[in-house]
Amino acid sequence: MASAISSEPVHHIALTLSDQLPALQVLIPFVAAPLVVFFGVRSLAWPIAFLASLGSLAVSVLLLQSVIDGSEISYHMGGWAPPLGIEYRVDTANAFVLFLISAISSVVLAYARGSLKAEVPEKSHTLFYALYLLCLTGLLGVVITGDAFNVFVFLEISSLSTYVLVAQGSYRDKRALTASYNYLIMGTIGATFFVIGIGFLYMATGTLNMADLAERISEQRDSRTIRAAFAFIVVGIGLKAAIYPLHLWLPNAYVYAPSPVSAFLAGTATKMAIYVLLRFMFTVFQPEFLVEIKILEAVIIPFALIAMFAASISAFYQRDIKRMLAHSSVAQLGYMLLGIGSFSHTGLTATIIHLFNHGISKAALFMGAGCFVFAIGATSYDKLKGLGKSMPWTSAAMVIGGMSLIGIPGTAGFVSKWILVQAAFENGWWSFAFLIVLSSIIAVAYVWRMIETLYLSAPIQGMTAKEAPLSMLIPLYLMAFSTIYFGFATDITLEASKAAATGLLSGSSGLR
Amino acid sequence: MAMFDILPTAFIFFAGAIIVAFLPSGRIRSAISLLIPILAGWQVYNLPAGEFAQIELFGQTLDMMRVDKLSRVFALIFCLAAFLGNLYAWHVRDTVQQLAALFYAGSALGAVFAGDLVTLFFYWEGTAIASVFLIWARGTEAAYQTGLRYLIIQITSGVILLAGTALIWRETGSIAFEQMTLRSIGTWLIFLSFGMKCAFPFLHNWLQDSYPAATVTGTVILSAFTTKLAVYALARGFAGTEMLIYIGAIMTLFPIFFAEIENDLRRVLAYSLNNQLGFMVVGIGIGTEMALNGTASHAFAHILYKALLFMSVGAVLFRTGTSKASELGGLCRTMPRTAILCLIGAASISAFPLFSGFVTKSLIIDASAEKHYTIIWAILVFASAGVLSHSGIKIPYFTFFGHDSGLRPKEAPINMQLAMGFTAFLCIFIGVYPEPLYALLPYEVEFHPYTTGHVVGQLQLLCFALLAFAFLMKTGIHPPEVRAINLDTDWIYRKFLPNTIAILYKGFTSLWENAANIVKTGLRQILNLLHKIHGPEAGVSSVRPTGAMALWIAVLLAFSLIISYN
Repeated sequence: MASAISSEPVHHIALTLSDQLPALQVLIPFVAAPLVVFFGVRSLAWPIAFLASLGSLAVSVLLLQSVIDGSEISYHMGGWAPPLGIEYRVDTANAFVLFLISAISSVVLAYARGSLKAEVPEKSHTLFYALYLLCLTGLLGVVITGDAFNVFVFLEISSLSTYVLVAQGSYRDKRALTASYNYLIMGTIGATFFVIGIGFLYMATGTLNMADLAERISEQRDSRTIRAAFAFIVVGIGLKAAIYPLHLWLPNAYVYAPSPVSAFLAGTATKMAIYVLLRFMFTVFQPEFLVEIKILEAVIIPFALIAMFAASISAFYQRDIKRMLAHSSVAQLGYMLLGIGSFSHTGLTATIIHLFNHGISKAALFMGAGCFVFAIGATSYDKLKGLGKSMPWTSAAMVIGGMSLIGIPGTAGFVSKWILVQAAFENGWWSFAFLIVLSSIIAVAYVWRMIETLYLSAPIQGMTAKEAPLSMLIPLYLMAFSTIYFGFATDITLEASKAAATGLLSGSSGLR
Repeated sequence: MAMFDILPTAFIFFAGAIIVAFLPSGRIRSAISLLIPILAGWQVYNLPAGEFAQIELFGQTLDMMRVDKLSRVFALIFCLAAFLGNLYAWHVRDTVQQLAALFYAGSALGAVFAGDLVTLFFYWEGTAIASVFLIWARGTEAAYQTGLRYLIIQITSGVILLAGTALIWRETGSIAFEQMTLRSIGTWLIFLSFGMKCAFPFLHNWLQDSYPAATVTGTVILSAFTTKLAVYALARGFAGTEMLIYIGAIMTLFPIFFAEIENDLRRVLAYSLNNQLGFMVVGIGIGTEMALNGTASHAFAHILYKALLFMSVGAVLFRTGTSKASELGGLCRTMPRTAILCLIGAASISAFPLFSGFVTKSLIIDASAEKHYTIIWAILVFASAGVLSHSGIKIPYFTFFGHDSGLRPKEAPINMQLAMGFTAFLCIFIGVYPEPLYALLPYEVEFHPYTTGHVVGQLQLLCFALLAFAFLMKTGIHPPEVRAINLDTDWIYRKFLPNTIAILYKGFTSLWENAANIVKTGLRQILNLLHKIHGPEAGVSSVRPTGAMALWIAVLLAFSLIISYN
């Protein structure tokens, strides 16, 4: 271990607040979570949670601003220099994901205040917000850290709190408990695989710092231990990312969770996993390693294609709007994986921008679904018939989100699919470009089914639904309009994604 | 996004539509929807030539307003058509239809001014989506189904356009909408997309399917935009593509036979529309200045007289509830004004001298003669006679004259009469005094329609056709069920044409039905299979026991390990 101690001088001991931003990113929600419990006052829980989330949003904006040009920030936790100490490392790729996570978290929290009243009894609210903040802490921590074992720790923080959050849905439907239990078992297997992979890496290299790992792995690419580590990590994180055959936990978890949890998870959890996948594949293992082993061609691309179709078709046949959205998420993750599989700058740009665009679209849609739960207590199609008339605002927002899901020009979803198609063309994958378009047509079908139910079916006799309150509609529309905004103003998202893709593909992790 | 240097004309319609949406249903709303096309027309008329309203998106320049003589003449007639259509629909109090008409016209205008393929695609789909509501507004189950079929075809056309655009962009790095040659897959796709909207043979069924299914006022508006937009796009992109000459010639011919045997007068008009498009497509295919002038002017005149005919048949449908030839007849007693206006439309479409069809169609026919396409010339002349038969005679004769059906409906509402009267006036005005129209055309016009040769030739054709019709009707040689005659070739085909058509029709229909059935059962089996695999109950999406999920992860891990170790 002694050899691992860096001989470089310690860069700086951060003194000003702005130097502490990487730590604050995680610390704000992390400290706020016990505060919520400590005060224990129901009326204070939400404001604290919301402020903490806003705080980390502000931090993430500042971070993104300072690294959008492709630069990096290395933060040494407690002043301990890496590789011995824990390092937080912010580059464009993770700053962008941090922004996505904290933005969605803030909007969903604003929305949760109204939505939760209908779904979870008041006595549980305090703990709910504490867990929500812990989950946020975990997600942010996974993304920001530059230490492989730290990823696992934060992953477990977010996962454990997620299991409890999903189980909160049991007040509405008891099946949330089984869903949560299944997710727990599966998530634990995934995390175990991941930590086994990390263990192998440590065995082979004696370090846990990502940048350090990268350097040492490149020296012994043929090692069986390293290769086994790679397989374990990809499969373990693949489960969290709901790669096609490993997605089975996802629909039930999303369907039975309370609506704000569904919206939050759909917008962030799988996106975080995709980010970790990218980080390990490209930064820790390096692009050259990926070229040598055929994991992209043999696993990622085929399953991405299967996901695009099988999950889309499943989405079409669902009878419940939340379940449809969940299956559609699996399909959309297929697009992101296809972008990774294309192994080019454009492809990675597509993955990262789709990660963002799909995150906001899906969050908007799940928030809309939550408004239906609020109003009529159900999300199955036969109960939603004709609600376009009595709940015009919610329904319209669902249509906007649905258009982004399909990728209609003028919405965020179009931008990412357009770039993905370009990536396919660049590689000469004409048939894949065609398949992307073809699977989008299935998306048209399942979104149309939703629209038909809402607008073109006769309302159920005696059904009186009232529009959701403004406290839910405003966050919903904030999210829905942002899908349109990012469909036109592509500067920020595109610039960030391109810079992130450049950073990932160069394989370097900065300072060295 | 940069601000526009001038407001795109389409946005006038969109803004107007939004204003209309917030107004209470009534006269003010109808008046506003009349004002919008006037405003837009005024803007178009005064626009200087050039390219405006360019915006940057994804590193490409989107050119929202390309103004030149070709786009201007189409834009003007679209504004005019929107005005006339809205006047005709003054009495309609249906928000959906009013908004759809405005969005539809606005999208068509936007497409005409589009200087690049992406903008074109947006508006291309805009016309599709807006117009389908004019069909759905009828509210019947059949109209809903028809609308869906129509929408699928129109959207498909747009998707193909987008695919073609992507390919062209890959190839040339430019998305400008300019003259193209059929050399690459991209241009072929775009050609196909235009062809679908232009109702090329075998791609035409949506037209006869959907137009008669729309509302009374909806059909009038539908008839003006979609297909003429396609004509414009072809003229812009594929002028001088020789294949278009033959496609156009077929288009002028085959609808004649179907129009003869069709009973629903609005469907007869839809076939006749297809035939008229053929003339324009031939003009584009010839591609000389004279021919393109002919196409543009014919589109201009055609929109007017076709609208007039649809309006008059629509007025009859509005009053009597039917547009079936076999149920109508003798309506001139109580609807004299509509009858006269319908006759003017009929005379225009048949290209009688002093009516608009004459001064525009002869440009195309002469252009074909000038380039020595003798057979094409003959086909066009024959088709002109066919037009007289099914649109010039059949429509007015079986509606307003012929045997008395006993129906005594009221005269058409005053706003319909006004719209028809104004349209009829324009038909005659263009026929008598074509110079203002000629001045709008893309190229300098050196053409004098009223030479002795033209007039006498056309009158000969028309008079003999009329004579034959009168003779056959009087002597009763002409069987009453086949309520039209096929002029030049009548003496050959009189005996066996109906039979041939019937046999061919039957054969084709049963073939089509069989094919459709095979496809249908195939599709159903596939769908059933998919449902079995993906449905909520079974297979892929069912709730699995935890163990099954764990198995998957083990399988995938094993697989990944094998891959990694090789």
